[in-house]
Amino acid sequence: MIIVEHPESHAGRGWRLGRVVVHVTLAVVCLFYLLPLYVMVVTALKPMAEIRAGHLLALPAAPTLAPWAAAWSTACTGLSCDGLAPGFWNSVRILVPSVLLSVAIASLNGYVLAFWRMRGSQVLFAVLIFGAFIPYQVLLYPMVMLLRGLGIYGDLTGLVLVHVLLGLPILTLLFRNFFAGLPPDLIHAARIDGAGFWGVFLRVLMPLSAPVCAVALMLQVTGIWNDFLFGIVFARPETYPMTVQLNNIVNATQGVRLYNVDMAATLLTGLVPLMVYVVAGRLFLRGLLSGAVRG
Amino acid sequence: MLAGGAQAADLEVVHWWTSGGEAAAVQVLADAFNATGHRWVDGAIAGGGGTQARPAVISRLLGGDPMGATQFNHGQQARELVEAGLMLDLTELAQAENWHAVVHPPDLLQACTVNGRIYCVPVNIHSWQWLWLSTDAFHKAGLEVPQDWAGFVAAAPALRRAGIVPLAIGPQDWEASNAITQVLAVAIAGPDAWRAVNVDRDAAVARGADYAAVFQAAETARAMSRGSHASDWNQATGMVIDGRAGGQIMGDWAQGEFAAAGLVAGKDYECLPGLGMTPVISTGGDAFYFPKQDDPDVTAAQLKLASVMMSPKVQVAFNTAKGALPVRGDVDLDTANSCMRKGLAILSQGQVLPSTEIVLPPDTVAQIDDLMARFWASPDMTAAEVQDRYADLIARAR
Amino acid sequence: MPILSPGQDSRPMPGRAAPWAMGVMAAMALVALLIFVLFPLWTVAHSLTGSRLLPNGPWVGLAQYERLWTSERWLISVGNLAIYAVGLLSGALGIGAGLAVLLDRRIRAEGLFRAVLLYPYALSFVVTGLAWQWMLNPTFGLPGLALLSDPDLAIHGVVMAGLWQGSGIVAVLILSGLRAIDDDIWKAARLDGIAVWKTYLFIVFPMLRGVLATATVLVLASAIKLFDLVVALTGGGPGLSTEVPAKYVYDMMFENQNLGQGFAASTMMLTLVLVVMLCWAVAVWWMGRRRDHR
Repeated sequence: MIIVEHPESHAGRGWRLGRVVVHVTLAVVCLFYLLPLYVMVVTALKPMAEIRAGHLLALPAAPTLAPWAAAWSTACTGLSCDGLAPGFWNSVRILVPSVLLSVAIASLNGYVLAFWRMRGSQVLFAVLIFGAFIPYQVLLYPMVMLLRGLGIYGDLTGLVLVHVLLGLPILTLLFRNFFAGLPPDLIHAARIDGAGFWGVFLRVLMPLSAPVCAVALMLQVTGIWNDFLFGIVFARPETYPMTVQLNNIVNATQGVRLYNVDMAATLLTGLVPLMVYVVAGRLFLRGLLSGAVRG
Repeated sequence: MLAGGAQAADLEVVHWWTSGGEAAAVQVLADAFNATGHRWVDGAIAGGGGTQARPAVISRLLGGDPMGATQFNHGQQARELVEAGLMLDLTELAQAENWHAVVHPPDLLQACTVNGRIYCVPVNIHSWQWLWLSTDAFHKAGLEVPQDWAGFVAAAPALRRAGIVPLAIGPQDWEASNAITQVLAVAIAGPDAWRAVNVDRDAAVARGADYAAVFQAAETARAMSRGSHASDWNQATGMVIDGRAGGQIMGDWAQGEFAAAGLVAGKDYECLPGLGMTPVISTGGDAFYFPKQDDPDVTAAQLKLASVMMSPKVQVAFNTAKGALPVRGDVDLDTANSCMRKGLAILSQGQVLPSTEIVLPPDTVAQIDDLMARFWASPDMTAAEVQDRYADLIARAR
Repeated sequence: MPILSPGQDSRPMPGRAAPWAMGVMAAMALVALLIFVLFPLWTVAHSLTGSRLLPNGPWVGLAQYERLWTSERWLISVGNLAIYAVGLLSGALGIGAGLAVLLDRRIRAEGLFRAVLLYPYALSFVVTGLAWQWMLNPTFGLPGLALLSDPDLAIHGVVMAGLWQGSGIVAVLILSGLRAIDDDIWKAARLDGIAVWKTYLFIVFPMLRGVLATATVLVLASAIKLFDLVVALTGGGPGLSTEVPAKYVYDMMFENQNLGQGFAASTMMLTLVLVVMLCWAVAVWWMGRRRDHR
């Protein structure tokens, strides 16, 4: 993969001072990027008294996990004091089917778009590009009517459908370009061996699709987990995803605002995409930096 | 416990009462309803003033996913939903329980009536017309607690010197908006001018000298609130509670916060209805609507909840907790504190005005909120400019 | 931007036309037509009505647009979008290019640096907004950085949070472009004695037009959608100082109970996206033509 190879020629081996400057600059920039995370973590570990008395950047003198427990299971919105946990499970129940369905459908679409030319496929291509960038506000109200027509408004099913439909354009284009970039002989050979429509797709193409699948998964997992707009418009309190519940809990202040609980809740909500990123980030970067996106 | 063989039902109740005092009041309603054998499923949506809840409620109703009951403010917010046939008709229940005779003042029930039918239960009277003052803050600055708006304005420099923000206010657009167009307007321009502008939508009065004085006072108030960095209305109340701010213009629901913090009216804090100048009560408040459902058991539960909300016992307990006034003229608030008694006295003298939500359509209210929020946040916008644009909005109200 | 253009010709499958392929294509076309063509058209059509809470209002022509373009809140929203888009674009491209060059200098622990720069991108805008709201809290936050309570500066606080979240991904995209530059170009530049910074600025970056265009379109598309970050970070305040078009649409539809106005505003957002896409299509076509001429 390109990213792991270092071109020798312009590496500038000789000038030591320059290399020190590069490393120091990068380190300083990285500290700036890490600052919000650091602040969130230390705030979430401090008791409220320490937050009021101490400095934002100070390390916790008496670290406590109580805010985390509160954020997870007892923080209140109105009378329901169940914390973020219900939102977490809703998000999981939305995420898993949405991601699997959209990747499955988009890869199939991409396969057809890449290898069959039919009347109107250029138009379809243009519509998909448009769909990848359309501002969702234009679709909000018709989408409400569609879900009402299907009788699934407010259900998790409805949210899954919205995520799958609106994720399709970008993913379809991603797969189509990946497939179009594969050596044609590969497919021809499979056809000669007697593989049919599904044979080529499942046995020849899919095993080669790990990098593009990694990119698609990453895009969808972070995109769907982090969604707020669809959650707030298309769900109801029992089906609210974690982001909406987070916003709710942080804004439902009873008496004094508990910044440590707010920050613990914020971190917990960010944890899933962060974990996915830590585990699968390398694959994602490889896919991104190899052919998958640059076509 | 259940009448006529109806089955117990779960009823999801959507509301935006999420502050400390409010949550305690909701608990009263939930307990009373659960005692009937049905079950209250709490659907609170945070965001002061319902700015996040109302969009969620409306999109759900339009999406064909009705909740068991939902809060709205009295007035026109739900009117079109009623006209579209989405709300349960409560007229028969109201007649059986004789709501017409007990609800006082009668405008409250009128605000629930569309084409002669009743579609909502008013649960409380919330009046905007209050200035809350921290006894501590004034004593710390070496002052007596003022008796009216002019005294408060005069005390502001001394409060500043003592490191106290004279006027606390939160960031939501409705806070500045109501403080100016309901409280300052009624107190300074007087109830007649207020009626001419808001009820008769007379833009000439809004452009006139009486209202010029209102916006001058708003400019003063804006300067007095400099340095108030509250993140919500109840955080601003919190500043008055612990003496970091001198006062707050806010509706009587602020009283729930004082009560929840254990403060005593008349001792730890003072309240001036009508800014100590024009004692009136504006009869805004909250009402519950019951979206139509197919299941007859749910409908039965909805009627039960409506009846529970109107019952004398619940009216007293709920409004005591919430710091609001009951909608029934026939109950006695034994536990009312000195501030609530002031309010009750004004109410019984009949010095009442409707709230802007009752008389103006939501689109106009929201535009006025935007304008006032802009004015409050931009020291470069003058009183004359905001007055002019306010009058335009009144002229265009439909 | 290769991902979005038929960069490589598709290779028609040899043999019989597969009924499966026809079926998939037809289903895809049907869904795409419904969601991405009919739905927007429905919204555009209803922006010409006086619909309030239900989409059944009378025909009012362009009245909603007149109100829209005289509404101070909308004008502020559009201005804020411009500030945000320009800030994010220049910031993300500038920071991204700088970081990509640094990462390209054959450094130690490149993976670690890359990971740190990219992690904010995994976080939602709600999380980003709340984190920065806390960092910029006027009472407890970083001293001297109380941006969010000042109406003149608050939108820059939003830009700052947006940059923190999105500049890393731009850096990595540009890095991928740098890594694809042929070594011979570097060798030639070195033989000619051209300084490294000059090589980057005058030789390498001009070759990255494709990647830079991709990054530009991605950044602009995310800027137009700006909604959650504002809701979580400032709620649009203080005053109206951080309102944005997407929030205007949402509030009009569901808070003001003025659907017609919301539809008109969303139609303007759609127009904006179409203009950006058109510019980009023209740019792609123009670059392609230049290549052909060589």
